[in-house]
Amino acid sequence: MDRAFLELNDISKRHKGLAALDHVSLSVGAGTFVALVGPSGSGKTSLLKTINRLIEPDEGSVTIEGVDVRQVPVAALRRGIGYAFQGIGLFPHMSVAENIALVPRLTGMAERQRAARVAELLDLVALPQDFAPRLPPALSGGQAQRVGLARALAAQPRLMLMDEPFGALDPVTRDELGTAYRALHDRLGLTTIMVTHDMSEALLLADRIVVLIAGRIRADAPPTALIGGHDDPAVQALIDVPKRQAARLATLGARA
Amino acid sequence: MSPALAQALADLPTLIRAHIVLSGASLGIAILVGLPLALLAATDRRLRVPLLALAGLVQTIPALALLALFYPMLLLLGEFTGTPVPALGFLPALIALSLYALLPIVRNTIAALQSLDADIIEAADGVGMTRRQRLLLVEMPLGAPVVLAGIRTAAVWTIGAATLATTVGQPSLGNLIFSGLQTEDWVRVLVGCAASAGLALIADALLALIETGLARRSRPRLGLGLGLLAAALMAALIAGSPSGGRRPTIVVGAKNFSEQYILASLIENRLAAAGYRIERRDDLGSAVAYRALAAGDVDVYVDYSGTLWTNVLGRSDTPPAPAMRAALTRDLAARDGVRLLGPLGFENAYALAMRRERARDLAITSIADLARAAPRLRLASDIEFLSRPEWRSVESAYGLRFADQRSYNPTFMYRAIADGSADVMSAFSSDGRIEALGLVTLSDPRGALPNYDAVLLLSPRVAGDVRLAQALRPLVGAIPIDMMRRANLMVDRDSDKATPQQAARWLLARIVATR
Repeated sequence: MDRAFLELNDISKRHKGLAALDHVSLSVGAGTFVALVGPSGSGKTSLLKTINRLIEPDEGSVTIEGVDVRQVPVAALRRGIGYAFQGIGLFPHMSVAENIALVPRLTGMAERQRAARVAELLDLVALPQDFAPRLPPALSGGQAQRVGLARALAAQPRLMLMDEPFGALDPVTRDELGTAYRALHDRLGLTTIMVTHDMSEALLLADRIVVLIAGRIRADAPPTALIGGHDDPAVQALIDVPKRQAARLATLGARA
Repeated sequence: MSPALAQALADLPTLIRAHIVLSGASLGIAILVGLPLALLAATDRRLRVPLLALAGLVQTIPALALLALFYPMLLLLGEFTGTPVPALGFLPALIALSLYALLPIVRNTIAALQSLDADIIEAADGVGMTRRQRLLLVEMPLGAPVVLAGIRTAAVWTIGAATLATTVGQPSLGNLIFSGLQTEDWVRVLVGCAASAGLALIADALLALIETGLARRSRPRLGLGLGLLAAALMAALIAGSPSGGRRPTIVVGAKNFSEQYILASLIENRLAAAGYRIERRDDLGSAVAYRALAAGDVDVYVDYSGTLWTNVLGRSDTPPAPAMRAALTRDLAARDGVRLLGPLGFENAYALAMRRERARDLAITSIADLARAAPRLRLASDIEFLSRPEWRSVESAYGLRFADQRSYNPTFMYRAIADGSADVMSAFSSDGRIEALGLVTLSDPRGALPNYDAVLLLSPRVAGDVRLAQALRPLVGAIPIDMMRRANLMVDRDSDKATPQQAARWLLARIVATR
């Protein structure tokens, strides 16, 4: 990889006098799946939102393929980036199809093409075609987030930003949807930045794990490297949780 | 059908149309102004706090006072800018009602926008909507039911409050209510109330249809609601626009009591017979009436010399009647271009009255006698009396101090004196009920009360109209006090009541007969 797809340069953000992000720099190659992990209040969501300018940093810059995001009109910037978050935020007065077709509609795609695109996207997120006319309140949490993903992918973005996308789902749906998304990431050649506080989810889905604690990057490594151990005790503590759980489950299984 | 009901129903269509046009226009303006303001205020605290405070403040002013306030304000504006701003009628009513309708619209719109789910707003921003797209595609559709609920509240308030437009000379269903209250014509009051309530219910139902249409995304409901609402407004507008030939229109004014309605009807009869088109402005406040005439909002009405002398010219002396009339004729013409055509022949003076037996028991025949007993007595007055210069003059001339003083609507004032909840009342000497109820008026040995000859006044616009003056001249000196008292009693008595129009026709027949 000669040149980074996404670059965060020396980002700082203060919130009520406290440093929420403290000179953070990060460089992400195209096609990489990065998990941003850290405890609550570590600044991971703020860092993610500086990329599509839902938050403007006090210092530092973000570039996508070498272009500073501040040079692009903000609406156009966001339309080119997929965004999915825990709250999902489907528009309750629009049908599933209208929600999915929203960004193409904003960018002026013709109605007939939009219908075809909706069908394609429903397939992509494994939802039956007859979901198209339904209204969001009639969907389960997992179905709603699949629609949310379809909406984020509708304009064929190359970059996906995800903020705890599976956080509110039950464990089975969560695992299923996580695996399904990872497959989509590979198939569509996406670059994904996913915020999560669940280290095991990060370890299982991502190519690269960035640990953020108190607004600073404390670890940045592939899962295979991280699982072997880390010098920083705070980072180690995060990795220990799933490892201990796995060990206890294994013991439990052996006793049965 | 009783003549009262027939008369009320005959007056109804014009008043309903005027009522719909006024409340529709007020609500429309409140929406056009309120929605954009609320949209700005929802995101800007510096605008929101003062805007809500101001709209709330307007609400705390009684609607009646708010309407009355705009009359002098518009007069001032007219004088200031030197342009003819109509200070009476549609404009002040429109402004006051629009202001009144603003609060529910602004408050609900702000609430609608602020209560939207934060996730939905984040999603709207996240997918790359511009502020405008977010507003049109997300915030307005989702907030619409709450905004509509605010518009519904505003509509019901406006239709109710529009009845008060009558007091600033704008015809509305309030005409039926106010004149009915004054003449104790309860049929008239009920017809006015029922029509106003009916209008409010219909408007509310149509807006509810639009609201559910929006909430359920049902185009038929939305279309039906909007269509019917638009049709009603259009019908009122088209039917309400003047039709027929362009005969000159004369605006006949009346203050808010029976004698004034009767005399206005009398004038209306004479002028209509002479070929004029007539508009009525009833229920004008005493202070408003003369200024409306001077400003040309009213062309002809009857006022009383003493009232003009003290309130308009600000005089406190009490010259004899002919001298006062001469001075008024000269000064009003010089100052305002108003023409005093002549006296009608009777006097409607302020007087103090008591029940005959009560006055006899206390040995009271004059105001001077009354002054001795007053500290043990209760005074019932009409709403204006206690704040008028005439009262101050009587008060200081005789040193009157009552145990209790209360203001009543004139009709209820007679009830108070009849049932003994008051001992003394302010009365009008031409009132037929004085004799009918067994009351006596007290003499005024110190001449503290000026003369109150009923006089015909013409606005500057028609002051030189010879044909108009000819049509009205037969009324000058033609109505002696007995005749006026009997006409007033026909309208004011409790049973076998006549409408003011009937009393006017009775008077007219008498005037013709005596000629």
